[in-house]
Amino acid sequence: MDVVTLSRIQFGLTTAFHILFPTLTIGLAIFLVVIEFLWLKTRKEIYYRMYRFWVRIFAINFAVGVVSGITLEFQFGTNFALFSEAVANVIAPLMAYEGMTAFFLEAGFLGIMLFGWNRVSPAIHFFSTCMVAAGASLSAFWIMAANAWMHTPAGFELVDGRFMVTSYWDAIFNPAFPTHLAHMLMASYETSAFAVAGISAWYLLKGEKVPFFRRSLALALIMAAVCAPLQVLIGDLRGLNVAEYQPAKLAAMEAHWETNPEGRGADFVAFAIPDMEEEKNHFEVVIPELLSLLITHSADGQIKGLKEFPRDERPNALVLFWTFRAMVAVGFLYLLVMLWALVLFLKKRLYDTPAFLKTLIVIQPLGFIATIMGWITSEMGRQPWTVYGLMRTADSASPIAAGNVVWSLTLFVLFFGLIGASFFYYIFKTLKKGPDMDSEIPPVQLLAGMEPFGEAQESMEVK
Amino acid sequence: MALIHIWISLVGLVVILYVMLDGFTLGVGLLFPGAKDEEERNLMMNTIAPVWDANQTWIVFGGGALFAVFPLIYTVLFSALYIPLLTFLFGLIFRGVAFEFRATSNRKVQWNRAFFWGSLVATFAQGLTLGAYISGIRTVNNRFAGGAFDWFTPFSVTVGAALIAGYILLGSTYLIIKTEGEIQRRAYRQATWAAWIVAGFMLLVSAWTPSVDPAIVERWFSHPRVQFIWFFPVMGSAAFLFLLVSLKRRYEIYPFVASLSLFLSAYLGLEAAIYPMAIPPHMTIYEAAAQTETMIFTLWGVGIVLPVVLGYTIYSYSVFRGKVTAEEGYH
Repeated sequence: MDVVTLSRIQFGLTTAFHILFPTLTIGLAIFLVVIEFLWLKTRKEIYYRMYRFWVRIFAINFAVGVVSGITLEFQFGTNFALFSEAVANVIAPLMAYEGMTAFFLEAGFLGIMLFGWNRVSPAIHFFSTCMVAAGASLSAFWIMAANAWMHTPAGFELVDGRFMVTSYWDAIFNPAFPTHLAHMLMASYETSAFAVAGISAWYLLKGEKVPFFRRSLALALIMAAVCAPLQVLIGDLRGLNVAEYQPAKLAAMEAHWETNPEGRGADFVAFAIPDMEEEKNHFEVVIPELLSLLITHSADGQIKGLKEFPRDERPNALVLFWTFRAMVAVGFLYLLVMLWALVLFLKKRLYDTPAFLKTLIVIQPLGFIATIMGWITSEMGRQPWTVYGLMRTADSASPIAAGNVVWSLTLFVLFFGLIGASFFYYIFKTLKKGPDMDSEIPPVQLLAGMEPFGEAQESMEVK
Repeated sequence: MALIHIWISLVGLVVILYVMLDGFTLGVGLLFPGAKDEEERNLMMNTIAPVWDANQTWIVFGGGALFAVFPLIYTVLFSALYIPLLTFLFGLIFRGVAFEFRATSNRKVQWNRAFFWGSLVATFAQGLTLGAYISGIRTVNNRFAGGAFDWFTPFSVTVGAALIAGYILLGSTYLIIKTEGEIQRRAYRQATWAAWIVAGFMLLVSAWTPSVDPAIVERWFSHPRVQFIWFFPVMGSAAFLFLLVSLKRRYEIYPFVASLSLFLSAYLGLEAAIYPMAIPPHMTIYEAAAQTETMIFTLWGVGIVLPVVLGYTIYSYSVFRGKVTAEEGYH
């Protein structure tokens, strides 16, 4: 294999591994902000205990996210030097800004958040949690801006094969950016909410620490109830944006080969095995005219088929068709589960319906899978370009020997495998150990008029 | 022109901040096998646990800044030093996860090892990178045109070994500030022998450097550098003597300050040898720089954001000032 292919595999694998962790970091940080706010406001001990429990998961997750993330920033130079050389003027400052405004904020306040319990006031501790959460979401802002620019480049002029910036405003707020960022942030919040809900449901089913995990589940479900419908809506907007700016990608996602004739809507392919060689679908099941309705919001709107594009400018329809559908399926499944939750909530059976709790446990990893499927759809849909329509992936790699990448790819697989396995082991260990209800609260954190956990428990049961 | 000079100074500042801050963090990792028991290791870990991530972030920002304002340094250097740079990252990965995994684990021995070996590999690979950079990189039309193992020379291996000794010095003098009793006594001993080894390596590398690239001597003794170049060896010697004295008198803060000064003198001497090269032996910073708009846009961020970053970094260090005690458990 050549340097380009190997580097793509390496970058894809390391990104897919990495993105799992910030997805949870971004959402869990918001969750922790809410819990600590409730602790300061209600002075109920249960919220303090909740924070101390969930922050352990957060810390382990954060560490793996940090160390896997650094490798990505380096790989632009080590593996895609020609791409980096061409686009540096436009998108590299966004990464510098990410470092300045986001990574420092997270890392600088993380120390206080994790280790400052005996040393700072409750207000400063809360402020630190907020800064870590802000840093996590800001990081998404910059990196999604840079990534979106690769899809819908703007604010530049091409001079001798190099992208020279003309407007940073246009470059950052490029056409794909708003929906791209919103989609990713919402994915993080939603995935994290379902992760917390799944873990809480597991404890509730076991009947352990029930008041503690009821409260956790309630907060997680509120977060999920907000996110699930919003994400479907944002996903739709994202799709419309792709249709407008990356029609080849859309055609591949929908396995849509032929442009529909005037006066007749494009069919929606519900099932198919797209064949890139023969330019058609096998085992196709279609719903007539639905695709036009979805994309153009009219029954006979025209949608370009994949055949309109030269063969060497088509993304892989087989992959995109399925990764896209997997992602969408999870989005709708989560929405359905939240409707079920609404019904149970109205019946006041939210916490004691075993089938519901079991479902929450089972679907918990799906958010992470959907996130990865979404990224594959987005990035493989950009192919064969690194800068959509302007710079080919084939011209982007570093002038290095392929052996370099074989070496590093092997080690990445080995090390990330080891670290991923250890991560799960220690997460499960922490979960098994459960929340700590008894250790003393550091004197500086004690709030006047605190409501101890015992009373909180009783008042829960009265409810 | 002025912009390029401002930026090369800023990048230089970020690099030396990283070297000093992560230097002592990695140094504590290098000293891990010297600890007697798990309790001592807990304590040593706790001296850096609240700050390691922020310290490491300087290299992340350094990479981003280099990419933005000197893109050709970023692309050429990173392609040329593929293996040492990724080895450095692999080291950082194990060093980084060891903090949380070790704290959660019952069998800490494997993460003790990961912590030590991660720190060692990261440090040595950093030294290889530096050595190879000084030696120069083969480029054609501002693109890397060398082989995969060009970086592997006796000189770069020597710089790698020197950096290990250097970070042990930073780590041990940092431990002197943060600990008491047995760990501190041991740190004084470790710092003393590390000081001598570092001094030896500094002499060796300084004597060797001119033969790696003859242009270095020319630059050292060019006008106006020749007028102040004497200052760096004098500063280094003074820092070394001050270090020995302060260790002998069992001062707590001064040995660390002296070690930082020693690093700074070596770094400035090196800068004086390389400036205005971006990548020795041929590419200058003027060729490597980004377009003016990019430098200005990024400079706004640095001007506004970096002082704030420095502010809360100092605040965070002040929150965790003083000796680390055993009672102060993990979160």
